[in-house]
Parts: sequence; structure tokens; C-alpha cells
Amino acid sequence: MASTAAPTAEGGQPTLRIRGTLTITRAASLQREIDAEPDPLVIDLSGVERMDTVGAWLVYRAVRDRGAKVVGATPEAQSLIEQVAEFDKPVQVHPEERATFSRMIAELGQWMVEVGHTLVGLLGFFGAVLVAFANLAARPRRFRWNAVVQRFDVVGVRALGIIGLMSFLIGVVIGQQGAVQLQQFGAEIYTINLIGRITVRELGTLMTAIMVAGRSGSAFAAQLGTMKITEEIDAMRTIGVSPIEALVIPRMIAAVFMMPLLAFWAMLMALLGGGIFVWLDLGIPPLTYIQRLQEVVPPTDLWIGLIKAPVFGFIIALAGCFQGMLVESNSEEVGLRTTTAVVQSIFLVIVLDAVFAVFFSSVGWI
Amino acid sequence: MSEREPIISVRGLTNRFGDAVIHENLDLDVCRGEILGVVGGSGTGKSVLMRSIIGLQTPAEGHIEVLGENMVGRSEDEAKNIRRRWGILFQNGALFSTLTVAENVEVPIREYFPYLKPPLLDEIASYKIAMGGLPPDAGPKYPAELSGGMVKRAGLARALALDPELLFLDEPTAGLDPISAAAFDDLILGLQKRLGLTVFLITHDLDTLYAICDRVAVIADRKVIAVGTIPELLALDHPWIQEYFNGPRGRAAADTAKEHAEA
Repeated sequence: MASTAAPTAEGGQPTLRIRGTLTITRAASLQREIDAEPDPLVIDLSGVERMDTVGAWLVYRAVRDRGAKVVGATPEAQSLIEQVAEFDKPVQVHPEERATFSRMIAELGQWMVEVGHTLVGLLGFFGAVLVAFANLAARPRRFRWNAVVQRFDVVGVRALGIIGLMSFLIGVVIGQQGAVQLQQFGAEIYTINLIGRITVRELGTLMTAIMVAGRSGSAFAAQLGTMKITEEIDAMRTIGVSPIEALVIPRMIAAVFMMPLLAFWAMLMALLGGGIFVWLDLGIPPLTYIQRLQEVVPPTDLWIGLIKAPVFGFIIALAGCFQGMLVESNSEEVGLRTTTAVVQSIFLVIVLDAVFAVFFSSVGWI
Repeated sequence: MSEREPIISVRGLTNRFGDAVIHENLDLDVCRGEILGVVGGSGTGKSVLMRSIIGLQTPAEGHIEVLGENMVGRSEDEAKNIRRRWGILFQNGALFSTLTVAENVEVPIREYFPYLKPPLLDEIASYKIAMGGLPPDAGPKYPAELSGGMVKRAGLARALALDPELLFLDEPTAGLDPISAAAFDDLILGLQKRLGLTVFLITHDLDTLYAICDRVAVIADRKVIAVGTIPELLALDHPWIQEYFNGPRGRAAADTAKEHAEA
């Protein structure tokens, strides 16, 4: 393919003769050649076989910026150059950038404003949920049983497998680690105290909450966020269906009711895992294990675990639904909000767990 | 213009979704340099036909050739050469939501010509944006900040980024106001004339059909039942075609087209 740009001198004028194809494929090299030519520049297009808008743009640019003269252009090439000239408008390509320091200050300010908005928004959302609960209490027939039962299935029943497996393994790990340390004092029988108290009082509920936050809290945020983007929630509002009543309340109720059940299931599975471990490794028979558990785990431990569970469920559902409803514009935000929902709910769950631990200890439930 | 040289050729295309047969033994040719309008009732598989041609939908049976190359069962690497030579405007724009309009336009250019210098790249993006009919401040905006019509224009600017030989437009004027729609038609026609584009145009807009289409293909009963100029189609005795072009909207569009021709 003869596609060369040969600088020649015709009548004392330096002329850039372009041959062959004048398209985007050779835009970079041609730009260099045009830049290398001295003024005044003459561009000869008589040898051009094919030209696209990028080629035309390069020629037009030389004319615009350097007053180059174009000769030998076919009518089509001429009209193409005129067409791109027509579209030479000052289009802003990049957003305006400020100096680094003032940008930092601005970003800090923006971040503060966002945090403030989020807190106010969360409070407002909490209020809206309470109002919706009150409305439903006044008119219980509006309550969406189907949606709630469906959420029970998704949040609770379908989580049984993974939460059971996770808790079983945690029970085994606690048993194993505890036995290794306590054997050094010949006190391996206390492994049962360790397994019983830590799983019932703390880990059963806490690990379940983390699993539910990752499994259901993220799903809440992603579902509601996607519905915001596809305008489903707007459509609901215009029909007169309250999205809080139809979408948020069923998810809240599901999380609040399923969390204690899942936590109880998790405790049982952890005890089972620990029991099987001490039976096989320490040779403590299951009957002894159960009797010992009855002696060392006070009922208050079970109450502590089960009281915390619905509160954690509420926090997870609140954070998930709130973040989902905050999605405004694009699909990237759905991912961002989903991540935030999970991080926020796990963080809040752990903070609250600490508060509960201190509280229950000081009321004497030791 | 070398008449009758098919740039897209579809033979015996069959598409199924489960039990639902969308296309059965469908044939279609698109000639170089023409604007082919594709019409059909809702759900007749116009978009599926386009997706089959551009390789997003693997047909159950059939043979598809684009720019002289077989498109069915190709590897991604082989298809890349073809992809460079076409531009596609999706029905909802399909702009990358995490990139600005200017960055969206630059994506195909960067992909195929990574050695272009940023200033030149920005200038190219800038005149493509103007060419798409967007206002000067649209470049740094994100798709979420654009109106529906502007999204279409930005999508067109991206489709035109590589100066394609072949342009696929899926309902480009749907959702635009009549003035913008007419400007869009003029834009397509102007580009087609100057660049020798071939355009595959799915539309419901009768004004667009009259204003810019060289030929119109009608999809019904799972195949292309007729291809031809609008007068040729009107001469046919198919009930759907008659109802489509001779309904109240069809006649109004025909009158407008006639007035334009006389003026």
C-alpha cells in the first residue's frame, strides 16, 4: 500500500504530499510529520485514496493552527474537511481541576457534609420506618404477609445450611484450640466450659449476625438499589404503594425474627461440633458432655445470646435498606452502597456487642 | 457506489429462546452504502436480529457474514478486526456509567490506537461529541447526569469514534423530541453521504423511514417478509405492511415526506 507523506519543495514552498489512506490508523505518525514541517505549510491531498474524519481533522487542524494551504483535495475530501470544521466547537473534555491543597480542603468539607447527611438521613429513615410500623398497626390488613413469609424463607431457611456448617466448624476449632492449651494444666475437662459458654453467650449470635449481614444485608442494599435505578420504587410511589411498607418492613421483620432462630441454630451446631471433637479427641462421651454443659452454662448465657440477636437483625436490615434507598444514579453506586451497608452493619453489630457485654456483666449476668 | 454488493448477508437464520422460536430460516442482505430500515411489530425479534449479526447472540442455525467474514462461531480475537470496522448504538445508549461522555468516546480509540497522544485524542473526542450534536459542556459529564436524548447522542458519538464503515442503530430516535429526531436523521444522512457509511437501522419512527432509508426490511412471521423501497412495499398485498404504512401515522409521515420533496 502506497501510503506515504513525502515532503517536497514545489516553487519554493515546502509541500507535504500525502498518499494512500489518510485515516486513524496512521494518525499518530502523520501528526508527527505535520509537526515536523516548517511554516508556511502546503498539504497536497491529490494522492489520497481514502480519508476518514480523523484524517480530515488532522488536515483541518493544520489549517486552523498554522494557516496551512490545502491543495489537490477531491470534492469529497473537501466536504469532509468542511464537515469536521463545522464540528470544531470548544467542547470541554475534562472536568476542571483545582489546586491540590484547596481540593483537599474541598474534599474534606464534602466528606463532612456527606457524613452529616448520612446521619440525618439514617435518623429520617428510622423515623419513616417507625411511622410505617404505626400505620400498619392502625391498619393491619395492609400488612404484606406474603412478602414477609417469602423473606423468612430467603433470610432464614436458606441460610440454615451455611450458618450450620460455619458454626459446626467454629465449635470444632474452639474445642481443639481450648484442649491444646488446657491439656498443659491437665484441665482438659474445662474445654467443655469454654465451648459451652463462648458459643452460647457470644460467638453463636455474633457469627450469625456477620453471616446474615454478608448474606442478607448486602442483598437488601443491592435489591433496593437496583429497584431505585430502574425506577421501580418511583413507580410504586406513584401508584400509591409505600416502598417502606412494601419493601423495607418485610425485610426488617424477617431479619428481626430470623436472627434469634438462626443464632439458636448456630449455638446448637457449635455445641455439636465441639461435642464431637471432645468425644473423638479427649474421649469424653456425649452423655457426659451434655451433663457437664447443663452444669456450667447458666440459662442467662442463652438469654444474653438470644436478646442480642433481634437487635443485630434490626441493625443489619436498617443499614442494608437505608443504603439501598440512597442509590441515586448508576450501577457503580449499587456496588458501593452494598459494600457500605455490609461494612456499616458489621461494625455497628460489633460495637453493640461490646456494649451488651459490659451491660450484662454489670447487671450480674456473669 | 458498487450496487448490490452485500456488506451483511444473513442466510437461514434461526433463533430460539427455549420453546419460543424468534426467527426461522430468515434471509437478509444489506448492501454497501445503503441505509436499511428494519421494521416489525413489537416482539418480532428486530433487536435479536441485530444482536445475532453483531455476535452477541449465537443463533441456533444459520450463516451470517459481515464485511465478507463469517460471524458465527468465531473466536474473540478473529472478531476483533470486524469490531473495529463497525459502530453500534444500543437502544438505551449503553454508555459506561463510570466514565464521562468524553472518556466513553475515547474508549474504542484507546483500545485500537493506544499510541495516540492525549491532546489529539481529546480533540478527536471533542469533535465527535460535537458531531453527535451534544452541547459543549457535555464532555466531562457522567451518563447519569444526561437526559435520555443526550445519552443517545453520546452513544452515537461513541459509535462514530472509529469512523466505522458500518453503523448499527437500535431505535435511535425513540424518546427524542421531533426536532431532535429530525436533526438526528439529518446527521445520519449527512454522515452516510460523506463517509459512505452503511447503516442498519431498527426503528418505529415512520418519519425516519421516509426521510433517510434507502430500503426497508419488514420482519413478520419469524422472517423477513419483504425488502424494498417504500413504494415497492406499498405495492405488496401483505396486511401488516398495508396497515403499517397506510395507517393514520403512516399516511401523515408520507405526506410530510412528500412536502419535503416538493419544497
